Amino acid sequence: MSFISYLINGLSLGSVYAIIALGYTMVYGIAKMLNFAHGDVIMIGAYVALLSMTQAGLSPLAAILIAVVVCTALGIVIERIAYKPLRNASSSLAVLITAIGVSYLLQNVALLLFGANAQSFQSVVKWGGLSLAGGSLKISGETVVTIIACIIIMIVLTFFVQKTKPGQAMRAVSEDKGAAQLMGINVNGTIALTFAIGSALAAVAGVLLCSSYPSLTPYTGAMPGIKAFVAAVFGGIGSIQGAFIGGLLLGIIEILGRAYISSQMADALVFAVLIIVLLVKPTGLLGKKIQEKV
Amino acid sequence: MAALLDVKNLGISFGGLRAVNAFNISVEKEELYGLIGPNGAGKTTVFNLLTGVYKPDSGKVLLDGEDITGKKTIDISKAGIARTFQNIRLFKQLSVLDNVKVGLHNKHHYSTIEGILRLPRYRSVEKEMDEKAMDLLKVFELEQVAQQLASNLPYGQQRKLEIARALATEPKLLLLDEPAAGMNPNETGELMDMIRFVREQFHMTVLLIEHDMKLVSGICEKLTVLNFGEVLSQGDTGTVLNDPQVITAYLGE
Repeated sequence: MSFISYLINGLSLGSVYAIIALGYTMVYGIAKMLNFAHGDVIMIGAYVALLSMTQAGLSPLAAILIAVVVCTALGIVIERIAYKPLRNASSSLAVLITAIGVSYLLQNVALLLFGANAQSFQSVVKWGGLSLAGGSLKISGETVVTIIACIIIMIVLTFFVQKTKPGQAMRAVSEDKGAAQLMGINVNGTIALTFAIGSALAAVAGVLLCSSYPSLTPYTGAMPGIKAFVAAVFGGIGSIQGAFIGGLLLGIIEILGRAYISSQMADALVFAVLIIVLLVKPTGLLGKKIQEKV
Repeated sequence: MAALLDVKNLGISFGGLRAVNAFNISVEKEELYGLIGPNGAGKTTVFNLLTGVYKPDSGKVLLDGEDITGKKTIDISKAGIARTFQNIRLFKQLSVLDNVKVGLHNKHHYSTIEGILRLPRYRSVEKEMDEKAMDLLKVFELEQVAQQLASNLPYGQQRKLEIARALATEPKLLLLDEPAAGMNPNETGELMDMIRFVREQFHMTVLLIEHDMKLVSGICEKLTVLNFGEVLSQGDTGTVLNDPQVITAYLGE
């Protein structure tokens, strides 16, 4: 029975990773850059939600909405100020380093605004959860909500990218910015929309993460951010389904590793997975084959 | 009648190289106009200047009386210039239908929220786009392969699809960059028929770059010859091709 409960906890953690990984993978797929500040947007989202509940006394749902709005705006502003001017820079390293810079900037601004002390996060889920198999298997409300949220987000996003006009524009920009522009697609707008969606998801992920693991510091987003990046690479960066599967698998590996191998080694295990995947299948589980022209 | 495309004294330098200098051209409505010249003469650079990929450092471009000099690519696309590329640049991972729908983007609108929530306007606009795109595909006999990935099409059909995608933007002027590149004589013959057909069907004005002299002399009514970034000769096709200067510089004795 404990195995099943570990598995479900793993799914829940994996769902959070998957939601964060979606942000990484969409931005990478469309803007061809790794937004290492993504994890810190999660932290900002969690702080905004927490303050909305504790300081402004808002309901959890309103707090989530405000966090989503703030993070969406933050994502667009970061892209506009920090990344857009570098889009045509000769080296893609420039924007990568900038992203790391933005990450530290957000952490330190949060340090300044909210202080270094860990704050305890109020769960947004007021429901006690399920008790199965005569009480021997308990699933918390947070776990259920997180998994369901992840599945809904995944379905809506897949539909959005495959079946709508803005989604089509994203796929066109992802393949050939120049040609897309010549066909009348607003490339800047499309990239901004991608950042907006990724950051909105980050806010949701932040709230869900801190509801399950209720200690919030300015560094809360960093580790899940990196792990979600591993999940995105694991699943095949650029692929939405890949981020979903990669996130879930990574969450399960981490929790099972923590339970059966060693709780100190769980993080190391996650990164070992990354190394093995890169050695065996460099494009990830669902990654596209890179065709080389001779 | 004022010309549809009126270019005066257009020029651009890359570093010390004057890639295009004092370029003039005047293309009338529904004309088939050819731009020819040796490799490196600046033909594709002219296309890039017209479509806003490069900003000219001198001169003026008027499209249907509207000054589009130095405007952004997307605004020029909206103003009514569409193009194809020398090396085909389709969205290879998108279906044939979706490639055309990308071209339809600017003429059809619904908000992102309406798209996510699948509101009625999303459905009606998408349906309308599907129908328009299919109509265009039918014109180019591509309706059978509408759901295939663009990368799976044979070369000739990819060329056709690129033209269909460009026409989807409802341009006033269509720029074709070496449409016959890599085609055998049969395919080139078909292409010539198709370009003529596009002109008739869509009342389209076409400016094309081409090396295939059979195609150029076969369908172009007027020619401009470019050499080292400058206009060498300009006028009716017959006259230009018999110009001794053109023969020396480009066609050979």
